[in-house]
Amino acid sequence: MSTVAIHAIYDDEEPLMATAKELRSKGIKVKDVFSPFPIHGIDGVIGVPRTRLAICAFIYGITGLLLITWMMWYMMVYDWPTDVGGKPSFAYYMNVPAFIPITFEATVLCAAHGMVITYYLRCWMLPGVKAKNPDPRTTDDKFLMVIETKEENKNNIEALLKNGGATEISYK
Amino acid sequence: MQHESEIREPLILGSKTYHQITEDIVKPIEGKATKYWYMLLTVSVLCFLWGIWCLSYTIGEGIGVWGSNNGVDWAWDITNFVWWIGIGHAGTLISAVLLLFRQKWRMAINRAAEAMTIFAVMCAAIFVLLHTGRPWLDYWLFPLPNQFGSLWVNFNSPLMWDVFAVSTYFSVSLVFWYTGLVPDFAMIRDRAVKPVAKKAYSILSFGWGGSARHWSRFEEVSLVLAGISTPLVFSVHSIVSTDFATAVIPGWHTTIFPPYFVAGAVFSGFAMVLTLLIILRKVYHLENYITIKHIEYMNIVIIVTGSIVGVAYLTELFMSWYSGVEYEQYAFLNRATGPYWWAYACMMTCNVVSPQLFWFKKLRTSLTFTFIMSIIVNIGMWFERFVIIVPTLCRTYLPSSWNMYHPSFVDIGIYTGTIGMFFTFFLLFTRYFPVIAQAELKSILKSAGQEFKEKAAHGHSHDDGHH
Repeated sequence: MSTVAIHAIYDDEEPLMATAKELRSKGIKVKDVFSPFPIHGIDGVIGVPRTRLAICAFIYGITGLLLITWMMWYMMVYDWPTDVGGKPSFAYYMNVPAFIPITFEATVLCAAHGMVITYYLRCWMLPGVKAKNPDPRTTDDKFLMVIETKEENKNNIEALLKNGGATEISYK
Repeated sequence: MQHESEIREPLILGSKTYHQITEDIVKPIEGKATKYWYMLLTVSVLCFLWGIWCLSYTIGEGIGVWGSNNGVDWAWDITNFVWWIGIGHAGTLISAVLLLFRQKWRMAINRAAEAMTIFAVMCAAIFVLLHTGRPWLDYWLFPLPNQFGSLWVNFNSPLMWDVFAVSTYFSVSLVFWYTGLVPDFAMIRDRAVKPVAKKAYSILSFGWGGSARHWSRFEEVSLVLAGISTPLVFSVHSIVSTDFATAVIPGWHTTIFPPYFVAGAVFSGFAMVLTLLIILRKVYHLENYITIKHIEYMNIVIIVTGSIVGVAYLTELFMSWYSGVEYEQYAFLNRATGPYWWAYACMMTCNVVSPQLFWFKKLRTSLTFTFIMSIIVNIGMWFERFVIIVPTLCRTYLPSSWNMYHPSFVDIGIYTGTIGMFFTFFLLFTRYFPVIAQAELKSILKSAGQEFKEKAAHGHSHDDGHH
């Protein structure tokens, strides 16, 4: 049998949340939810895994830190050591207090931009990308739940969604 | 859903629905601009153009056209740089620090405050780029081999730290702001009817759809960016202060500078946010979102930071006396009683005395008073930077090189120009960008909206507990 995508629209986040919980207890998977603002707690209910973006940011930050440390060592100590104001650069560790501000800034720079670029690519959000929401009203005041299921379960789920307070149901 | 105590004042007044919030925020974008908007824009653009002329004149003739001279080699350029970058700090403080502290009232003001940050840092950048004297060689500030030989820039220099700090601050603030704007651009895109607007907001919104996965990532990005922007914002003005503090000029060579500069920056930044938002809420009818309570919260930040600044001034005076160094003592005596005593008096009145009036609830909840105060504070903070720079440099170690400083028309012109540029950009922002983070605001409607709060309070007293 073929599968069908059910799009159920809710006027509020609470009935959607309650229905999603009920669907889960019955073993029916909610594919996605589109909402005008983040619904807290929905991730666990519909099985959205915890994002690893923060780990990425940490790795980018460490990379920035290492790069700038290497760069300052190379430029100030190795390649052309200078003696400005009677403060020679004999070894990296001797100058390290003066290097801390830039080390910090470069860490933040790499962590922030690396994370944001990863975020946009991971969500595939770029200038000119087609809008991802199936219904334009979901950025205003409607909440949309997408369920992919087999043709035979369609009627059961529809009844469940209607009972849960869905205001519109359509099939894609 | 999160519950908020009934005794907390609502952050969204009136009976609003999600749709009503959308309508209220897009009204200025979809509607026609008012006569006042065009009038303000015209004045701002004229100032901006005059500034561009003065800037071009400076580039063509050299910085000899400024009032700066051999003794006073830093003057309005660095005063204005520090002033503008300080103003920028409030935006990051609101969007990052208040996010970490889970202060929900930030949601109505963070967007406009962050826009202010970005435009203010752009204004600040003009002065540092110009004061190098040969701005076409400004790429030498980056770690390139000096004149493409083998000599590198000096990473031990605070001026070099500044290059990294300000550019990191600007670019991180920009992406933080933009990432927050994307869902709101998508909202405008989804209801736009005119094809050009539809296309423009479609490009700007990057295809945002508001799926649960994307919201989860969005919130993680916001949180981590807030976490790293918080030390960043403190580092930027601390580093700016080291431009002075690592110099051996009496009056500059003090360890109190970093915290004192940061407090001053937040102080002036909040004042600028108030100046802008008091007008904005009136013109765009956002009184239900930017409420008197929001104004009061910001005024409380002004009392706190203003008092820190006041304590810092007194500490400086004490330390100069206690140090026993006569040069240090003279530097402060000269500031208070020398030829620029009026600037010092203005700074003390505007920054130390006047914010204390906000201890009166009546005054800190008055819009007119707050508006006047917000301008007084920014005048005071401009004078603070002027007092640190000009009176100090006009009387340094060698009395034979003592001289006075007089700004030239070019100094005044470039400063006016940056104010024009700031307001030009801000006016365009209010016309084409959502001035309030509506997606965030919708998420607190049920916990902090007036109607919902009243209903909840009513429900508690009459219900039998079922919800």
